[in-house]
Order: sequence, then C-alpha cells, then structure tokens
Amino acid sequence: MSFNWAKPYEPKSPFMKWLDERLPLPRLAYGAVGGGYPVPRNLNYWWNFGFSAGIFLTIQIITGIVLAMHYYATTDGAFNSVNQLIMRDVNAGWLLRYAHMNGASFFFIAVYIHIFRGLYYGSYKAPRELVWMLGLVIYLLMMATAFMGYVLPWGQMSYWGAQVITGFFSAFPLVGEPIRVWLLGGYAPDEAALTRFFSLHYLLPFVIAAVVILHIWALHIPGSGNPTGVDVKDEKDTLPFHPFYTAKDGWFVGAFLLVYAVVTFYAPNYLGHPDNYIPANPLATPAEIVPEWYFWPFYAILRSFTFDFILPAKLWGVLAMFASILLLFFLPWLDRSPVRSGSYRPVFQRFFWLLVLDVLLLGWAGGGAPTPLRNAIGQICGAYYFLHFLVILPIVSRLETPLPLPNSITESVLHGEAAEAAPAGQAKKRGGSVATAAAE
Amino acid sequence: MATKAQSAEVSSTAGEGDEGVRRRDFLNVAAVSFAGVGGLAALAPLIVQMSPSADVLALATTEVDISKVQPGQGIKTQWRKQPIFVRNLTPKEMQEADAVSLSDLRDKQTLAERTKPGHKNWLITLGVCTHLGCVPLGIGEGENKGPYGGYFCPCHGSMYDTAGRIRQGPAPLNLQVPEYKFTSPTTVQIG
Repeated sequence: MSFNWAKPYEPKSPFMKWLDERLPLPRLAYGAVGGGYPVPRNLNYWWNFGFSAGIFLTIQIITGIVLAMHYYATTDGAFNSVNQLIMRDVNAGWLLRYAHMNGASFFFIAVYIHIFRGLYYGSYKAPRELVWMLGLVIYLLMMATAFMGYVLPWGQMSYWGAQVITGFFSAFPLVGEPIRVWLLGGYAPDEAALTRFFSLHYLLPFVIAAVVILHIWALHIPGSGNPTGVDVKDEKDTLPFHPFYTAKDGWFVGAFLLVYAVVTFYAPNYLGHPDNYIPANPLATPAEIVPEWYFWPFYAILRSFTFDFILPAKLWGVLAMFASILLLFFLPWLDRSPVRSGSYRPVFQRFFWLLVLDVLLLGWAGGGAPTPLRNAIGQICGAYYFLHFLVILPIVSRLETPLPLPNSITESVLHGEAAEAAPAGQAKKRGGSVATAAAE
Repeated sequence: MATKAQSAEVSSTAGEGDEGVRRRDFLNVAAVSFAGVGGLAALAPLIVQMSPSADVLALATTEVDISKVQPGQGIKTQWRKQPIFVRNLTPKEMQEADAVSLSDLRDKQTLAERTKPGHKNWLITLGVCTHLGCVPLGIGEGENKGPYGGYFCPCHGSMYDTAGRIRQGPAPLNLQVPEYKFTSPTTVQIG
C-alpha cells in the first residue's frame, strides 16, 4: 500500500487464483499484515504493544461472548449468575471469567504502553495525525466498554461506580440531571440501567474492532513509524511484515500472555476491588469508592477541585477530567517540533519522563481514599498534566535544539558503517535488493 | 401547460451554468427532505425508550410512618429507588442550624425553608450526595456525622450540617428536599 517496492500478491494455487478474481480478501490480508506490507527494519520492542492490544481485544470478545451465554442481566440475578453460576457451576466458568476480568486490565496495560510509545516517539505527528486520533477514539470506546462491563456483576463497586460515573452528567447545569435520568432510565441505577449497559457492553467491542481497522488502514497509508523518526527512504530500510514482524510480534505476545496467565491463575483478584464481591446495596455506599486501576489518574483529576471558582467545584472536576483526554486530540498541533523521535530531543525527553512520573503519581492519588496528601498530590500532578501539554510542549518544541538525525534508517542500524547507507532521494528506485532477497 | 413551459425554460438556462432551480433539483430536495423527516421520526422512539419506563414512574409516591422516630434519631427509606433520610432533629440541632448566617453558606437556605411549617424538627431529604450521588453517612446510629453534626459523605468528603446543607467539600448543593406532605401527624407521603 505504502511503498512501491511492496511485494504484490501472487496467488499460488488455482483455487486462490480463482478466489482472487472474485473476492480478493487474501490479497487484502497479504497487503495489510502479510509479506506485502513493508515495515521499517529498526522497530524496537515498544512497537509490539499494538499487536498485543489486538490480541487482547480478541480474547475479550471471545471470552465475553461465552460469558454472556451464562449471564443474567437482572438486578436479582446478575450477582448470583456471576458469582455462583459462572464461578462455581458452569464448566470452566471460573477460568473464563477470570480471563475476561484480567484480560480487560491487560488490554489497558498494552494500550497504555502503546500510547506512551506514541508520545515518546512522536507517532502522532504528520502524516500520522489521524492514526493517533483514531487511536484515541478506540481508547475512549474502551473506557466506556470497561466501565459498563464493571457494572454487570452488580456488586457494590459496580453499583456505586455506575452511580458516580453517571453522576458526572448531573454536573452540567439545567440539562445535566435530565440527561442522567435518561441515561439510567430511572432516578438511580436499576434494572433499566443494567440491561442497557449489558446491551452496549456487548455492542461496543465490535465498534472498537471496526475503529481498529480504520486505525490500521490510516497507519498503512504513510506506513509504520520507527524509533529514529526518520522517513523510510528506500527498500533497504524496510522488511516485509511477514515473516519478520509476525514472528517478532508472535514471540512477544507469547511472553506477554505468560504474564497474563500468571496473574489470571495466581492473583486473579489482585487488580480488582474486594467490595465487588458484596451484592449491590442502593442504601449503603462503600467506605470508599474507587474505580478500576486504569481510571485512577482521571479519577484523581476529577476530585482535585475542592473549591468553587466561578463555576461549582463539581463541574470543574468533570470538565477537567474530560479535557484531560480531549486535549490529546490536539497533540499533533501542540508539539510543533519537526523532529519526531524523542531520542533526538534531549529536553523533550526529560519532560516526557516527568510526564510518565506525573501520570503514575496521579494514579496513586486517585487510587485511594481522599486524604489531604492524596488530594494535594492529585492537585499538583493534575495541574502539571495540563501544563505539560499546553505550555511545556509548545515552548520546548520551539526552543529546543535537537540532536543530529541519522541520514536513514539503514545508517542508524548499521551504526559506523555509514558508507553503506543509501543517500537520500532514492526512494523511487525499483528492483530487488538485499533486504528482499533476505526476506525470501 | 404554462408551468411546464416555464420549467423547461428554467432548466434550459440552468443547463447553461446559471443558478436557476431545475425541476430535478426540486425533486431531489423534496425527496431527501421527505426521507429526512421520516428518519427523524423513526429516531424518536429510539430516544424515548431510554427514559424512565412506566413501571419506574409508578413508584413515584411512598408513605412513611414516622411515629417511632425519637428526637435525635433518623430513618433511611426508599423513594423512586433512591435513599431518603427522615430525621427528627433535637432542639439543639435546630438551634445550631438557625445560628448559621446565610452568607456563610454555599447554597443559601434556612432550616425553615427546608422543612414544613409546624414540623420544623422533621428534616426530610434525599440521601444522595449532590456531588456524585453517594449515600452520605450520619443517619444511622453511631455513623460519622461529620464536623457539622449532619451528614458526611465518605466518597469525596462532603460535609453537611444539621439542616442537610453543604458546608465543606466538593458537593455544590444542599441535600435535595423531595416533594412531600404530612398526611397525618405521624405519616409522610413522599412524591
């Protein structure tokens, strides 16, 4: 799709030839994730998390469909169908449920690393702005899906999570409360809310899968980025996706799944909250309400507004939380440095790691009861989060002197052997080369 | 016949690149508008089905017997699936509430405005924190009433006074007073 040296699809058997003329689906797959997609040869392990995230989406869809066969979406039946029927009575139900529970967490782990990879290596910069924005759409859909999924077991955290999150909408003046009642189909989370959350929790993963296809499609127009951020210049800079990156991704996903299996088997409830094993009680709030770990940083931003300032504190909290994500849609235009990779931006690099630390601290601040220390850390780190994107990035990208970039990907890979590197401007050159020969 | 000739004339000028309305343009706009109105009409049931259904609305009123609630005590009941706090205030608690000057309040209301005339000791509110909807503590025996002697929300630390008014913390408003009336000295109908 992206480079003119991409190997064209050649059906081998007569059947594949017959099929290709009628429905060129294998041709599409070959060009997207097969030998027909040239990928920069210097990708490091940080580039394996997108593929891993795709695997976890698949795991979630498969385990989810099976779990839905045994789940009752009623306020009387939900808790028991999960904790008695699925966990004890259904054959292998415990495994499927723990796999689904922890699969959500590992999906988020993969996606968070994938996002921070993009932040460090400037993957959001031209010409890949839409890849980045579609990724953010996937992330938002994931958050909605995860939230609604967490409500389904109808435990205490499920119920009060639903109450708090739909409560966000009541922060908006006038329209807020009617919207909240409309979303819940009642005045508090109940039967109507539970059944609609189940319906949407089943639907959204397929919407995510569709946006993933758009995400990959948009990526394949310019082709994958790489750790140097230097554009691909000729065939020597790339390797075909299959077998090189299918092998590397496959190996890596195996290792990643091993960690997932260890958690699923030995600490299946480590990432969850024990209160969700208490059936939902609309008359008693748990001593502390905390969301799942992957929402902690946003939860910290939400509750970091404790005083009114023109608008009520509650509305500020909700606006800041939504803004913290929507802000990322403007990132391609906030960071104006022409150098993509953080490896060649010494000042940016330091601020990047500061941001990582900042988000981790925000997570800590949002993950527990609101003590004065947690509130203070949440306020400072929340403010710094916005400062990083709105002030520091634009200024750094203007003032910073980047390090010299390599002339090409090949040069950066071969280190001292610059003489072998292709000079710039030969991207149009055709014909077989060392890399393709090696690929075959 | 006249219209036909006219439109033929119009379309011939349009064909030469003028901005006249051709019969085909009219038909296109009419067809798309018709389909659009139909589409919007079809959207209506998809939107209204989300609103509270008849069985949810049917729970709109609740009767509460308050004869057993002694001064200083409170009960928790349910109205429209939401917790309701019914509290029999002691004279001291009422005094405390009246002693606060309105200018110190975020949501300015007196205790008298939040209760019924002649029943000033009965504070009836939703047990739903106006921040994000948690149930505040303080209605049950021995629960943390917070520094203002009313209610304390454990989620984000909102503190309410003895009149259920927000005093400190992130909640923007006082605990909501539902519509209710005394049907007898010991019975309250909420809703």
